[in-house]
Amino acid sequence: MMEVIAFYLFAFLTIAMFATTVLTNNALYALSSLAAGMIFISAFYFMLDAEFLGVVQIVVYTGAVMALYAFGMMFFDTIADVKEDIKHPKLVFLLSGGIALLVVVIFTAPIISGNIIAEHPMSPEYGNNVKDVGLVLFTKYLVPFELAAVMLLVAMIGGIILAGKKMDVSITQLSEEEIDKLSSNSEMTKDKK
Amino acid sequence: MMLNDYLILSTILFCIGLIGVIRRKNLLMLFFASEIMLNAVNVGLAAVSKFHGDLSGQMFAFFIIAVAASEVAIGLGLLILAYKRKNSLSLDNLQSMGG
Repeated sequence: MMEVIAFYLFAFLTIAMFATTVLTNNALYALSSLAAGMIFISAFYFMLDAEFLGVVQIVVYTGAVMALYAFGMMFFDTIADVKEDIKHPKLVFLLSGGIALLVVVIFTAPIISGNIIAEHPMSPEYGNNVKDVGLVLFTKYLVPFELAAVMLLVAMIGGIILAGKKMDVSITQLSEEEIDKLSSNSEMTKDKK
Repeated sequence: MMLNDYLILSTILFCIGLIGVIRRKNLLMLFFASEIMLNAVNVGLAAVSKFHGDLSGQMFAFFIIAVAASEVAIGLGLLILAYKRKNSLSLDNLQSMGG
């Protein structure tokens, strides 16, 4: 009984928060309602016995991703309302028709999926979700895990180079000759030392 | 709660994100909408993982979270560059090739 109440409460809250994110015209409201929705999403993970995933959701999404968005929004004009003009109302009708079709397909799909069984169940059953996740992650999914680590490193370097290097001149905006001039200047200063 | 309830919730959240992607003309809002879609899929994967007794669903959710984190890092860098160049984040202003 308690689980049913919790499910509907958090479902209502999550849908309300994400609908606010999608429909509001204020970037700050969108950001904060998105962060709240991420927290509410983690409640479902706790209900589904995926405690580790719930904690990761809170730490990574509301901790890291939202902080990154908040940091990024310092560069943009966030106080002003987001101006959007929709020029082709017919296209909107067409796309909402497509969404309706998608909804029908997804709602009927669970009927078919009722017959699916897991072929090679990977659940070691330590009775502790964190231990189970650790065991599976470092045996069956070791290579994807390390690839994800490399991907995060590449993303970090890419983010630093795109946004952070030489904030006043932004080398990605210069022409080739100007970049050559910059690098030769720095080499000359190195030689002098 | 049954698997279907979680899958229906996941569908609703995914459609909210999809509406956002279609309706929005601002790049930052498009990023928010794509985060919503990724989260919706994660809920579905965790639900399937529980009701089929298979941890693989949770593993995929972890990898999706890692992909989302790196997407945000790169995407925000590109957004800052686009804002420096065009002084706006609207999709209409990003068109640079006339055709």
